[in-house]
Amino acid sequence: MSKKYDAIIIGGGHNGLINAAYLAKAGKDVLVLEKRHVLGGAAVSEEVYPGFTYSVCSYVVSLFRPHIIRELNLAKHGYDIIPMDASFQPLPDDDLGLCRWGDASRSRREIARFSKKDSEVYGEFSKVMTHMAKLAKEVIDHPAPDVASINPKELSSLLRMGKVFKNLGPELLHMNTKLLTMSSADFLDLWFESEVLKGPMAVSGIIGTFLGVRSPGTAYVLLHHYMGELDGAFRSWGFSKGGTGGVSIACANAAKSYGAEIRTNVNVSHVKIKNGKSTGIILANGDEIDSKIVVSNLDPNRTYLKMIGEDNLPKDITTEIKRFKLRGSSGKVNFALSGVPNFCKKRDGLEFMKGDIAIVPNVDYVEKAYDQAKYGEFSEKPYINIVVPSLTDPTLAPPGKHVMSCFVQYAPFDIKEGPEYWPKLAGKFGDAVQNTIKEYVPDIDSLVEHRQVVTPWDLQETFGLTEGNIFQGELTLEQLLFQRPISGYAKYKTPIENLWMSGSGTHPGGGIMGSGGELSAKSILKEKVI
Amino acid sequence: MPIQTPFHPRTSELNSSLDWKDWGGYFAANSYNVVNDFEYYAFRHSAGLIDITPLFKYKVTGKDASRFLSRLIVKDISKLKLNQATYCCWCDDRGMVIDDGTVMRFGEDEYFVTAADPSYSWFSRFIKKLDVHIEDVTDSYCALALQGPTSRDILKNMCDADLDSLKFFWTTSTKADGFEFKISRTGYTGDLGYELWIKNEDALKLFDAVWSAGQNYNIRMSGIAALDIARIEAGLIMNGVEYHSSLHALTPEQMSTPYELGLGWMVNLDRETFMGQKALRAENKNGSRWATVGVDINWPDLEELYQKHGLPPHTEAGAWRHSVPIFQKQHVSKQIGYATSGTWSPALKKNIALATIEIDYAKPGTEVNFEVMVEHHRETVRATVHKPQFFNPERKRSILKK
Ligand SMILES: Cc1cc2nc3c(=O)[nH]c(=O)nc-3n(C[C@H](O)[C@H](O)[C@H](O)COP(=O)(O)OP(=O)(O)OC[C@H]3O[C@@H](n4cnc5c(N)ncnc54)[C@H](O)[C@@H]3O)c2cc1C
Repeated sequence: MSKKYDAIIIGGGHNGLINAAYLAKAGKDVLVLEKRHVLGGAAVSEEVYPGFTYSVCSYVVSLFRPHIIRELNLAKHGYDIIPMDASFQPLPDDDLGLCRWGDASRSRREIARFSKKDSEVYGEFSKVMTHMAKLAKEVIDHPAPDVASINPKELSSLLRMGKVFKNLGPELLHMNTKLLTMSSADFLDLWFESEVLKGPMAVSGIIGTFLGVRSPGTAYVLLHHYMGELDGAFRSWGFSKGGTGGVSIACANAAKSYGAEIRTNVNVSHVKIKNGKSTGIILANGDEIDSKIVVSNLDPNRTYLKMIGEDNLPKDITTEIKRFKLRGSSGKVNFALSGVPNFCKKRDGLEFMKGDIAIVPNVDYVEKAYDQAKYGEFSEKPYINIVVPSLTDPTLAPPGKHVMSCFVQYAPFDIKEGPEYWPKLAGKFGDAVQNTIKEYVPDIDSLVEHRQVVTPWDLQETFGLTEGNIFQGELTLEQLLFQRPISGYAKYKTPIENLWMSGSGTHPGGGIMGSGGELSAKSILKEKVI
Repeated sequence: MPIQTPFHPRTSELNSSLDWKDWGGYFAANSYNVVNDFEYYAFRHSAGLIDITPLFKYKVTGKDASRFLSRLIVKDISKLKLNQATYCCWCDDRGMVIDDGTVMRFGEDEYFVTAADPSYSWFSRFIKKLDVHIEDVTDSYCALALQGPTSRDILKNMCDADLDSLKFFWTTSTKADGFEFKISRTGYTGDLGYELWIKNEDALKLFDAVWSAGQNYNIRMSGIAALDIARIEAGLIMNGVEYHSSLHALTPEQMSTPYELGLGWMVNLDRETFMGQKALRAENKNGSRWATVGVDINWPDLEELYQKHGLPPHTEAGAWRHSVPIFQKQHVSKQIGYATSGTWSPALKKNIALATIEIDYAKPGTEVNFEVMVEHHRETVRATVHKPQFFNPERKRSILKK
């Protein structure tokens, strides 16, 4: 029998790798097993078409916790983020569109074209959101407190959160309550009048959810995306050098530097369980590897129903985990282009295109896109968040050529023909995206050298994201904090002793942030289970 | 009033922020854009182009050029091979640093020296009977620095130099479309990069060729402000900031020796007499009083101080250059040194500084207290002594073929 590890981490997504790095740094004997041939999970770069590197799934970074960069020395291992300066919203009919810049005065002048009032309120809004984000930061950087508990430690962490709330003052506290209950569109209505400006702002509230911008609770998700804390100071989003896989590679290199072992092309079938305790894992090929603890970086659904299995779970827990909402609603289309896709020929230069480009001319546009999805169809005119990272990071494509990444919503997993039908729809879905873009970039067809369509079905089948949910579970209020993934097991533990979780299906949730991996490792080390 | 460099017709067109500074009597762009982070990021992700014409530049020729330079410079320049370059400093006879710069050997008896301060008079006064001729080419030669990971690709697209094999701190001459220039693999960013030297007449030809070759590689104009962040990350000291030239210092306290500046590695003591040798030999034997170090300023401590005021943490935009006291770990009232410049390091996500510190506290890992201003209050946070070089990517020295 081969050696016994202190910890086996199932899944080499960035959270799994971070978890491994922290455990290995503490001197533990760690093994990471990844099913695919590449590391990174949903934070992955792949040369799908020769010469062009796609960030196949996630494409921008903002939530990654800066203290993890410092604690794991990630910069030395290649972690490298280039911030984006612009956010562009092209508009039909050859309009100049709306571009928001790092330079506040420039943004103000751009917004004033649509509403003078909004242009001035914009700065004020950012100030309030910064305060809110400060609160959110307190929440993300600690394990979620357990509200039902009378353990004094739990109380103190609740109090700490309470204190932050109190420090907000009555006005902001009121604002916070609104954030928790309103729809993102309604919340923005409190501030702004321009339907154009509100378009791209409101969509932040629906990313990765099967909700519309007018659905209650989406205002909170908007905040989750506002937290982008780049450089330790609150900043916008950025590109990872070499694609988002660069983040995962840096995490893997850090883990290896501390002595962790990482294997790819290894498919874990399930966790070995004896008397309610995990003793290791069993691979799809039947091989067994023993370990003191196992950490699953898979989504809650897979962890509970496949890695543990219903036989090993109490009925009520199985029921609860089955209720955990995944409902994937988005897809990705990646393009290799022979030249620059110019989204606004009226503007000078290309600086306006070096950030993200949001196809959402107004608030109603997304709501209409949602209407179609409600009836089991993908949106013919979807919301698309586009980036052309090769304009900023030339290593991604041959000189003069470009990669264009398109995040598309809505593409419901549960399509009316049934999810297995998605592969047959992929071409049509890709066409819908390309045709939508064509309204702004008339020559797009002639630029396309290669197109990769990633449907929600692919997200499930290739990337292991059940129902294609990009965050391993919707970021809706009832699935956050002490309820993520289910109450009673929100602290990275599971009903199986020695089986832990670390993925974005745990607190604080989705995005390339590293928190799940970090907080889970710190909890494991604190309890001295290994 | 400053004058314009030969590149000014182009740089002024690209300078949307109108933010010019006086650098050595020339107009130099402090930043080209109001939001100037991207001028720094270019050094680390693509390529930043800087007009470095204001550097003082000298051609030193003659049969005795090698001997002459070796006598004035702490490093044995006669060892320099043809086309090699070196970073070095020169001292007065007390072993106090006058300036630092690069020396390149362009021929058996031909050297090219760059300096931060005007140096013609200092060098000339030691020629005496030697066969040495010094020509000040500061105003007849100009230069561009192209720094960053894509700099090699850009140059390969505009000239015929064999850059795949050109090593760190070596030089080459090359031809481009209708002009000739010299390339040295040197720079002030601690990254892969080159400096391009050319006669004033051909300045715009060079600029246009580099700029157009750079378009597919995300080339950007970068100003002094961005350069300052990069050089602090790389632990590169600056005359007038980390130290004062002994020719300008008003008191002995203001002067520094190479050892104190972390330049001890370049002092070749055991050879023919050179300026400052005696004093430096004594210091090498008896030890130095001061050391130049990097300081890693504790970020969570700073966050906490701001939190008390209900604020998110804040750092100065870009690099700063002013003196900040550093205190002992145990006794916060005992000052043991001072930071000379610092920056938030975007690459490392750390708040870092370069500092002069008493030798007893110079060991990496030593814990100290660092003064910060938080909402109008003087406070201290914990900090750790580090070697000056915080950032040193492999690509800086990489070669693609032998
Ligand atoms: C299309 C898309 C776009 C996104 N865009 C962004 C964005 O722009 N910015 C952002 O911050 N976030 C974005 N996200 C979310 C973000 O990418 C994820 O939240 C994050 O990458 C999840 O990381 P993780 O480590 O928690 O899990 P995952 O990355 O899901 O890691 C799980 C790993 O487990 C592996 N695995 C599965 N089953 C097995 C098995 N049986 N045996 C072994 N290994 C197995 C998988 O292959 C995978 O590598 C996006 C996600 C998607 C899908």
